[in-house]
Amino acid sequence: MSIFDDELRNLKEKILKMGLLVEAAIRDSIKALVERDSDLAREVIKKDHQINALDVEIDEECIRLIALRQPKAGDLRFITTAMKITTDLERMGDLAEDICERAIELNEEPTLKPYIDIPRMAEIAQGMLVDVLDAFVRKEPSIAYDVIKRDDEVDSLTVQVFNELLFFMIQDPKTVSRAVKITYIAKYLERIADHATNIAEMVVYMVEGKMIRHTAIS
Amino acid sequence: MTGSIEIDVKGLDFYYAGNIHALKRINFPIYKNSVTALIGPSGCGKTTLLRCFNRMHDLYPNNRYEGEIIFQGTNVLSRDIDVIDLRSRIGMVFQKPTPFPMTIFDNIAYGLRLRGMRKRAELSETVERVLKRAAVWDEVKDKLNVSAYELSGGQQQRLCIARALAVKPEVLLFDEPTSALDPISTAKIEELAINLKKEITIIIVTHNMQQAARMSDWTGFMMLGELIEFGRTDKIFTNPSEKLTEEYITGRFG
Repeated sequence: MSIFDDELRNLKEKILKMGLLVEAAIRDSIKALVERDSDLAREVIKKDHQINALDVEIDEECIRLIALRQPKAGDLRFITTAMKITTDLERMGDLAEDICERAIELNEEPTLKPYIDIPRMAEIAQGMLVDVLDAFVRKEPSIAYDVIKRDDEVDSLTVQVFNELLFFMIQDPKTVSRAVKITYIAKYLERIADHATNIAEMVVYMVEGKMIRHTAIS
Repeated sequence: MTGSIEIDVKGLDFYYAGNIHALKRINFPIYKNSVTALIGPSGCGKTTLLRCFNRMHDLYPNNRYEGEIIFQGTNVLSRDIDVIDLRSRIGMVFQKPTPFPMTIFDNIAYGLRLRGMRKRAELSETVERVLKRAAVWDEVKDKLNVSAYELSGGQQQRLCIARALAVKPEVLLFDEPTSALDPISTAKIEELAINLKKEITIIIVTHNMQQAARMSDWTGFMMLGELIEFGRTDKIFTNPSEKLTEEYITGRFG
């Protein structure tokens, strides 16, 4: 095992660590919303800097490896993928933070309705993140393709949530403020799933050397 | 990028004296006006292959070629080829600079005189032109009558390139042309080669994979006398098709 192999393994472990922090942030943000736990929401917001720090750290490490090790072929694809993945993970962390901010606001007001579709969306998006990290670690494109397919479920749930909330708003204008915030949360989750999809596409590139971004998957 | 084929290697086998099978069933094209790099671990046959293109192996007895190397419609391996003429059309630059023990001017004029060029003015004009093309003119123009041995290694190597260019080759073979040079001289030779490909076709053997990546349009990876993979350089260095290529260029073996 060469020094370079060790460095690549450390890089992989850092990305995994960052991914797990993001996954926890998403999970806790939805918990804070559903269980109306604003303290938990504030804790998630407070911890976002850990994710940001890893983002910077991983980027710096990738740049260092490119400069000093001149990676080629699979190593090059792994490192460039790592740089892109961290950008997506960092954005997912920010979205979890956004969910927490809306949760804190919503927790100040009476419950509009029980949350049903939002936790479902969160569960799918979280599952996508967990699986895509798995695909990355195991270099397994079939898992990545499966993640990409699940994005459609999240998209259709977003539309469903919006339509339902629209109905509330039309019925009673006093619900508008809360309904808009919940719509935002649905949108955040939809974006989280999009970022998981981006990562999945990069994993396919990393393993197969094939760019599938902005193309329809058959 | 994929231009016309300048040289087509077809089913090439090569045996050194003593029946040592050094090249096995090599098939690949050399595209006109491109740089093709041959890489691979020591002893893989890349220099052996390079030396087939202008029949350098003929300098030693009992070496044997099989198959064909088609250069502009003619098989250069056929018996009736004039190898002296072939070596001026397919020139060569070696690992260590090989200036002749004479002045800078005569290093270039020598081959021209052999080919019948007599007029001083014509010789001077050609010497200046090729030294300029080899990007060494500015450094030697005031000392054309001093011994070539007084030049630095990098300058000597560019002088040798100029000398090869003087006889108007169509192809230039570079056998690790920068392995004895410092990074600045290396960069000059690399840039020179890239500029030269507008007019000629270049094949380079190099141990330096970064050099292959920087200079070449096409790369062939060789191992144990076989051409394992041949393809566009960007493809070879980002996503090679063969596992052996991947392992070699990522430093996992070799």
